[in-house]
Amino acid sequence: MSTSGATDAVMAPEPEPPGGGEERPLLDVRNLHVEFRTREGIAKAVNGVNYSVHAGETLAVLGESGSGKSVTAQAVMGILDSPPGFITQGEVVFQGRDLLRMGGEERRKIRGARMAMIFQDALSSLNPVLSVGEQLGEMFRVHQGLSRKEARAKAIELMERVRIPAARERVKQYPHQFSGGMRQRVMIAMAMALEPELIIADEPTTALDVTVQAQVMDLLAELQREYNMGLILITHDLGVVADVADKIAVMYAGRIVESSPVHDIYRAPAHPYTRGLLDSIPRVDLKGQELYAIKGLPPNLLHIPPGCAFNPRCPRAQEVCRTDVPPLYRVNQERASACHFWKETLDDDSAPSGDA
Amino acid sequence: MTTAPRPATPERPAGPDPDGREPILQVRNLVKHFPLTQGILFRKQVGAVQAVDGVSFDLYPGETLGIVGESGCGKSTVARLLMNLETPTSGEILYKGEDITRLSGRALKAVRRNIQMVFQDPYTSLNPRMTVGDIIGEPFEIHPEVAPKGDRRRRVQELLDVVGLNPEYINRYPHQFSGGQRQRIGIARGLALRPEVIVADEPVSALDVSVQAQVVNLMERLQDEFGLAYMFIAHDLSIVRHIADRVGVMYLGRIVELGADAAIYEHPTHPYTQALLSAVPVPNPEAREHRERIILAGDVPSPADPPSGCRFRTRCWKAQELCAEKDPPLTVPPVFRGTAGPTEHPSACHFAEEKQVVPPE
Repeated sequence: MSTSGATDAVMAPEPEPPGGGEERPLLDVRNLHVEFRTREGIAKAVNGVNYSVHAGETLAVLGESGSGKSVTAQAVMGILDSPPGFITQGEVVFQGRDLLRMGGEERRKIRGARMAMIFQDALSSLNPVLSVGEQLGEMFRVHQGLSRKEARAKAIELMERVRIPAARERVKQYPHQFSGGMRQRVMIAMAMALEPELIIADEPTTALDVTVQAQVMDLLAELQREYNMGLILITHDLGVVADVADKIAVMYAGRIVESSPVHDIYRAPAHPYTRGLLDSIPRVDLKGQELYAIKGLPPNLLHIPPGCAFNPRCPRAQEVCRTDVPPLYRVNQERASACHFWKETLDDDSAPSGDA
Repeated sequence: MTTAPRPATPERPAGPDPDGREPILQVRNLVKHFPLTQGILFRKQVGAVQAVDGVSFDLYPGETLGIVGESGCGKSTVARLLMNLETPTSGEILYKGEDITRLSGRALKAVRRNIQMVFQDPYTSLNPRMTVGDIIGEPFEIHPEVAPKGDRRRRVQELLDVVGLNPEYINRYPHQFSGGQRQRIGIARGLALRPEVIVADEPVSALDVSVQAQVVNLMERLQDEFGLAYMFIAHDLSIVRHIADRVGVMYLGRIVELGADAAIYEHPTHPYTQALLSAVPVPNPEAREHRERIILAGDVPSPADPPSGCRFRTRCWKAQELCAEKDPPLTVPPVFRGTAGPTEHPSACHFAEEKQVVPPE
């Protein structure tokens, strides 16, 4: 598909096409491939990922470490370390324009202003030798050319918006003087600073305690509603996903193996990997029994198994799974599953078998 | 072994006493304060981080006691105290009736054989320059009486087999294993001396979801096989619920509620437990509309300067003047005393009342 026509058509930020924003997704990632060229060989981290987010929508990208969920986000943001990382194929269409074909200068204008990212570890993402106010103010000084004083006033305003108490005093403080939850609020404030249309949150609450996690997720959801932002939430926590997401993309070995609206996937997963993840959650009524465990380990990205990448761990694997890579089958209007036997998986409502 | 109960044992903190068994570990008023000092030449103490401040509980043979709490609540310090890696400021840890906190030398070594630890981070708790065989066999170097020298290799291979690793991997190094496999190595090392108690400090939190279940299953199987007592420390409430027989909830150096797992999860009476349970994201999107969430204000106060009276009062929606003045003891609250229901368990709150936050499934 060529998008060059669309790319040339609009240069300035368009003045909101009436009604058109409804159908066109805010972000559309198409057939994205990312590889890391390392000394040991080529690690195929992302192998043909497709997803889209609309304004006001929350997409959860679920996956374990090494599934490619963060690498996809880095490629979308344009902060992939290159080398060793290379985008070999695909399109990242944001508001109708393919980001991968833009020059560095142009992308820089989008990054931070139109799309922003919240990282997992706030302590190492913030600069320890600059005060929080300076770091927040930098957004305004660089992107909007405000003076130091104006930027500081804006920083205080932002800190109040993410409900950091005593913002006027704390604006002069350094990251280490903030607690984990407060630091994550600063990260959110920084991402929100220029009121972007899209926020990518990479495990935003993983490093936080549960009670603080609930506060931060609430804040994020509230700001999203207020500004009608698209949110990509990258996480491994099925609980967090169920709490906030509208739709889910489950990743395994660099591919999306299942995508679905949130309610359907918990009710009836259409991929054995998703099913395995859901079954391995400890449940009250099964206390005392062995937990269901997906056998084996996630694959090494240098040697992804032929056929379906999940086949060595799959209870349903047949010969065809070892030879043919399953395409992303359409389950219904809104759902898709990359499993040759998605129908059987979907219909299977037996209790989790303990073949650990 | 001497199992005679000490005559001077302070009255047991009320709690379920399953089948009248003798506890294998009794912890009494354990306190650990880390001094905060100022100055280099003339160091003077300016305060103390009250990491653990008056913790009491029992551990019975073959049971799993789960300890949950947020970071900084002192749960890891309790683990280190049990292992005698730290000396408590005051209080006692009785192992089969004998106080182990002041032991040293040979006596300490003998006790340590029976209490072993599994650490959180399988990446840093294994020496990268030792082979798996050396790591798992090291306990035998320290306690040669357990396995004679010629027998060690076989014992190590047996242990590898027990934890589900290929015994042929004995000469490999830790970096050749995945996180889950490394945690199995850590567990094998903990098992080497056939201890009676294993203190597991967040043993699965560094692992991927699909691997967590494997390690939890392994730990449960080993418990049945060897009759181990676990002290299982974690912040993941659903895993603790799955594995624990009894649960203690810690907040800022204290246990605030202690009881059987069903009592804590289904009939919590302490407001902190209720808030903690309600904050856990439930992996069920149907539940999100009609679930009551208690969102606590603020952060955990600094343990160097804890609030007076009840330590939770600064974040508690029920707090009254009494809470600032009087420290609530960890006992069965008077309202529930004698009810013989699931709410009759120790809860350190002046205004304890039952509140179901997790809908029964």
